[in-house]
Amino acid sequence: MEQPGIGGLKFNEPEIWEKSRKGRCAISLPKPDVQESLLDTALTADAPDLPQLSELDVVRHYTRLSQWNYGVDSGLYPLGSCTMKYNPKTNEVQAGRKGFAQAHPLCDDQFSQGSLELMYALEAFLAQITGFDAVTVQPAAGAHGELTGMLMIHRYHEKNGKQRSKIIIPDTAHGTNPASASLCGYDSVKVSSGPNGILEPCAIEAVMDEDTAGIMITNPNTLGLFETHVREICDIVHSKGGLVYGDGANMNAIMGIVKPGKIGMDVLHLNLHKTFSTPHGGGGPGAGPVAVNKILEPFLPVPRIIKESDTYKFISDLPDTIGRMHTFYGHFGVLVRAYSYILSMGAHGLCDVSKLAVLNANYIKERLKKTLNLPYDLPCMHECVFNDEKQLPVTTLDMAKRLLDYGYHPPTIYFPLVVKGAFMVEPTETESKDSLDQFIEALETIAKEAMDTPVLLKSAPHIAKVSRLDEVTAARKPCLKG
Amino acid sequence: MKELSEYNLPEDIKYTKDHEWAKSANDVVTIGINDYAQDQLGEIVFVELPDVGTVFSKGDEFGTVESVKAVSEIYIPISGEVIQINEALDNAPELVNQSCYDAGWLIKITPSDSSQMDSLLNKAAYMDMLKG
Amino acid sequence: MMRYLPHTSEDIESMLDIIGHKTLDNLFDTIPENLRTKDGITLPDSLSEWDLNAHMEMLAKKNYAANPYTCFMGAGSYDHYIPAIVPYLISRSEFMTAYTPYQPEISQGTLQGIYEFQTMITHLLGMDIATASHYDGGTALAEAALISLRNHKTASTVAVSRLTHPHHRHIIKTYLRPTRFKIIEIPYNTDGTTDLKALGKMDDLAGICIQSPNFFGHIEDLERIRHIATAKEAMMVTSFTEALAYGLLKSPGSFGTDIAAGEGQSLGISQSFGGPGLGLLAGTTKQMRNLPGRLVGKTTDTKGRRGYVLTLATREQHIRREKASSNICSNNGLCAMTAGIYLATLGKIGIRKIAQLNHDKAAYLKAALTRSGFTPVFDSPFFNEFVMKVPENFRKKRTDLLKNKHMLAGIALEPFYPELENHYLFCATETVSKEHMDRLAMEVQK
Repeated sequence: MEQPGIGGLKFNEPEIWEKSRKGRCAISLPKPDVQESLLDTALTADAPDLPQLSELDVVRHYTRLSQWNYGVDSGLYPLGSCTMKYNPKTNEVQAGRKGFAQAHPLCDDQFSQGSLELMYALEAFLAQITGFDAVTVQPAAGAHGELTGMLMIHRYHEKNGKQRSKIIIPDTAHGTNPASASLCGYDSVKVSSGPNGILEPCAIEAVMDEDTAGIMITNPNTLGLFETHVREICDIVHSKGGLVYGDGANMNAIMGIVKPGKIGMDVLHLNLHKTFSTPHGGGGPGAGPVAVNKILEPFLPVPRIIKESDTYKFISDLPDTIGRMHTFYGHFGVLVRAYSYILSMGAHGLCDVSKLAVLNANYIKERLKKTLNLPYDLPCMHECVFNDEKQLPVTTLDMAKRLLDYGYHPPTIYFPLVVKGAFMVEPTETESKDSLDQFIEALETIAKEAMDTPVLLKSAPHIAKVSRLDEVTAARKPCLKG
Repeated sequence: MKELSEYNLPEDIKYTKDHEWAKSANDVVTIGINDYAQDQLGEIVFVELPDVGTVFSKGDEFGTVESVKAVSEIYIPISGEVIQINEALDNAPELVNQSCYDAGWLIKITPSDSSQMDSLLNKAAYMDMLKG
Repeated sequence: MMRYLPHTSEDIESMLDIIGHKTLDNLFDTIPENLRTKDGITLPDSLSEWDLNAHMEMLAKKNYAANPYTCFMGAGSYDHYIPAIVPYLISRSEFMTAYTPYQPEISQGTLQGIYEFQTMITHLLGMDIATASHYDGGTALAEAALISLRNHKTASTVAVSRLTHPHHRHIIKTYLRPTRFKIIEIPYNTDGTTDLKALGKMDDLAGICIQSPNFFGHIEDLERIRHIATAKEAMMVTSFTEALAYGLLKSPGSFGTDIAAGEGQSLGISQSFGGPGLGLLAGTTKQMRNLPGRLVGKTTDTKGRRGYVLTLATREQHIRREKASSNICSNNGLCAMTAGIYLATLGKIGIRKIAQLNHDKAAYLKAALTRSGFTPVFDSPFFNEFVMKVPENFRKKRTDLLKNKHMLAGIALEPFYPELENHYLFCATETVSKEHMDRLAMEVQK
């Protein structure tokens, strides 16, 4: 089958201020209908020096910029740990409804019942999917959810009368885990996963003590493997009075199969921009709801939503709450999209999602393990991790850059850190077998090129808008504005 | 990356197991990172150094050296007070790559106990450590 | 099969065959039986797209929002006109469906767009450097407070004006709670600005956080605050919830602010019941390596062509892990791009005209409500919000206005400031007409 990438679009487009001409303005201004009110000139200044453009200047500028980008709508986006699935367009229509998009956050509860009902229902859906007792949808992103969860664990220990100083974090964890823990003043205690990539209870037993607040576990882990000893690990941590934080970034693999709330975890965050299909937007906004069991429920951030007879309302006067995490209620617009997705899929659909996500990952693993080295050859969940051992001195980076020439976004590279030269593929369930076959074929061709004409990879990409960029100079002599 | 034998490791300075070097002259000890460390880090983009006047104990972290995608803490080989830092590195961190023993030195200290110099590794002992 | 799932039964069969499994369920054989859920998940039946439309419209209609409602509420979320090209351009899926630009060669659109956004924000705020965005104004301000505390050699307190958005103050408290750092609140004066005399008596300060325009809409004396901060060797943090004010007012940077942190929702982003908004965070060059979150920088490719990359990443969690300047990973990138498009659309001429219009309308409304018998409370200069003392019966009347006249008439201040019974915060932006304001003034008089 023919590969989609053939040449790429290469319009040139200057920086926006280069197009500026004095006197242009691209916004329609209403006729003044009230008298001008002049502020004391000591308070005012010249208007900020923004570019002066016509409407078409603006449209053409951003249209050209967009054409230098690659999105899920452009093609396969197999970034491991990021779950770059299709972002349904109906979700955009739902979030764009005027009653949602133009709702003021401080409008009284009784006049915001649509928003409250939606958030209340979404909390219940997420509690049901994860098997927890209560959910907050306030956190603005996964890392923000982590911080929320860790603040709750911190508050729990404080309430129990003895604060603890450490937290256990496996070596496969996302970097956000230790960063979130340290914001709560916890020192990270690193534990290594066992020889088959799975955490071993004895490793946890060895470090867990009564000065340790708990553990942060990602399950399935970042090697794409299910942590089979999770129950024993939770028991060990609980027996010493600690709590278990679950990083639910990889929930896409286990919906309808495993409920983290039922296997010993105390708190879990979800990434709605991963599992629940909301667009990543070139870096966000996401949303990071947090689900907890009964023990942690009193510590959830405020405001919380309750239902009294048929009316929903916010409550804030909860004595044990960690407080407020977001100026209002979180990324409501993102919540609308996730709610719309769950209603579109239903329980059956979500179970199919996980099965097909795992099917796609295992298919890629089986088909590519002849071509690329597979450090952990075990049945995987939603993603699989290869490396460049067979291709060296051609590296993971070279293969990733060469994939651009074939019309693909590369997988996540050099993460997780426990695999040297990691090449982490997460196809997601929305890719068809044909799409995967094409990608596999591209990688087989690239592996052959690595043997025959390595220079082709070393100098890739060849047909992207730009070739490899000088990141050293960018960091040595930062130029952060024009 | 180079073979072990290719590293430039002068005889007249002392080394730490964390790959710093120290050289004593006239009661002033100059400190930097060695050729092995700069090679492992790759192109250095930023060096963070302490304020003059800060007092450190042997083994304390006194700054960081950064490449594009890694950060390394640097540890002081012996106790003392910082009397000078290499300000040229502010605008030219690449000096550490180009000349780690001369133009790319990091700090100068007055040692609180010069005899600590004796606890550091000489070239042969450092090479042995690298060979593992 | 659901329409987002492309697998045919033949596909599934042949894929399972290659993997060596009989059924899809076998894919989960590695998960111990006792960890698997027995009862599945219980959710409403899936909806077709048209059933979904009907359900969502039913919910959306339960909110008292959008046309025909006229909004006289601000307090951190503002009703500004969003030109058609802004949602049109930001909906381009190349922007919307891309991930963080970790592969710069195929992300130059996002990267150049964010670089331009950073630049425009530095012009708006008069600062040296702006980050690629934070979650919202409150979380950006909490990060700024943390920067001041972490970088001070001795002090462990941050002073925050009581006229900083009450929710922003609450977030700072939440963030600081597990640390050794303290927050102290600065009272306010009878003219509706922060009591700088009281600030002058505070010590052990690492940072001084003042919002301007403040929560009551008034413009703070940033020049004096700079002097106090300098004398106390504290970092000066200026926050804001109404970014458009700086189309008219002197910028925080022009007074020597160390860090500016605030909300950018006004810059072309829909209110959307409070989020996603846009956290803006900007600093001086000195703060470059202390700022949290992503930064885009300009560089060249191997052929010498202009290009952009994420840079100074060693500050961030994926490299520095527990020692990172923040745990932030995903930011509000698409909202930053939206703000960039909006600012380019306004331009230097448009932003001044829109900002001036906001002030004109608010001044008119304040005068009109005064004529209707409301009492203006504070008399220092304001931007597009102001406080009025209202008669006892207004609370009931306000509900009536909302239900029957489609007017969102101000926000009660008592829940935030118990001492301000019967005080309401009103806002007028360019979207309200003289007619709207006259109608409100007439109705409240009845």
